[in-house]
Amino acid sequence: MVNDEINFNDLKELLQITDGNLASHIKGLEESGYIKVLKGFIGRKTNTTYTTTKVGEKAFKQHIEALEKMINSTK
Amino acid sequence: MNTSNQEHQQDLHHIKQMMERSSRFISLSGLSGIAAGSCALVGAYFAYDVISTSSGNVLKSLDVNIYETSRTGSVSIESFMGNRLFVIAVITFILAFILSFLFTYLRSKKTNTPLWGSTSKRLFINVMIPMIAGGIYLLKLIENEAYGFIAPGCLIFYGLALVNASKYTLGEVRYLGYCQIALGLINLWFIGFGLYFWAIGFGVLHIIYGVYMWNKYERE
Repeated sequence: MVNDEINFNDLKELLQITDGNLASHIKGLEESGYIKVLKGFIGRKTNTTYTTTKVGEKAFKQHIEALEKMINSTK
Repeated sequence: MNTSNQEHQQDLHHIKQMMERSSRFISLSGLSGIAAGSCALVGAYFAYDVISTSSGNVLKSLDVNIYETSRTGSVSIESFMGNRLFVIAVITFILAFILSFLFTYLRSKKTNTPLWGSTSKRLFINVMIPMIAGGIYLLKLIENEAYGFIAPGCLIFYGLALVNASKYTLGEVRYLGYCQIALGLINLWFIGFGLYFWAIGFGVLHIIYGVYMWNKYERE
């Protein structure tokens, strides 16, 4: 993992997608148990950050390996 | 079959790109390096001019007040600040900073990343730690009249800052850092030639680095 955690706004800026699009993907990931949602405050401003779960990291790793396998097998 | 292979490769590439974007400040422009290097060479030229017109006597060109040093036994920072070499150094640094900032700002528009975000914040902090420590060390060197050790000090601390920064921005910066450290260390065996080492490190090396990076990433 390159980052331990990331907040909503940084994630939105990184992926260049809309609030709603990001929110629905986050919901899906959370429901699959791949990410953990941490709701907190910075002063009075709400700050929501996301981290991966062990299950999520494993699933990501499997996804990468599957992609690489498919690329190598058709070479 | 071939199109889905291509898609998978694109997916993988996109994922890797996202990982890079989220952890490194990728908008550092090669043109910044070229600009900073050019400013350094121009500054070094003016500094050489000042030193040579004081008939090669660096102390004279530093306008060190004899009475002040014999009274206190050391050079006060205030008496040093007014002299021409210091002014040249400050102007060079400010100009290099403004130009570097400008080119990196323009690049950040192309890479579509914010100039001041989590990655640049992290980069800034990690660069500042060695630089501030080095800066304080150099001020004390000046106060103690160890002028010959200023250039090596600048190069070594800057090189260390670059090596540290390479984790948080484009990785190639690491090699620039190694070169600056090496140059600074070699300078220690040639005390008195600091201006030349300074010109090579901050001038020539930056230009070479800048051209290489511009060619690798920004030439379209």
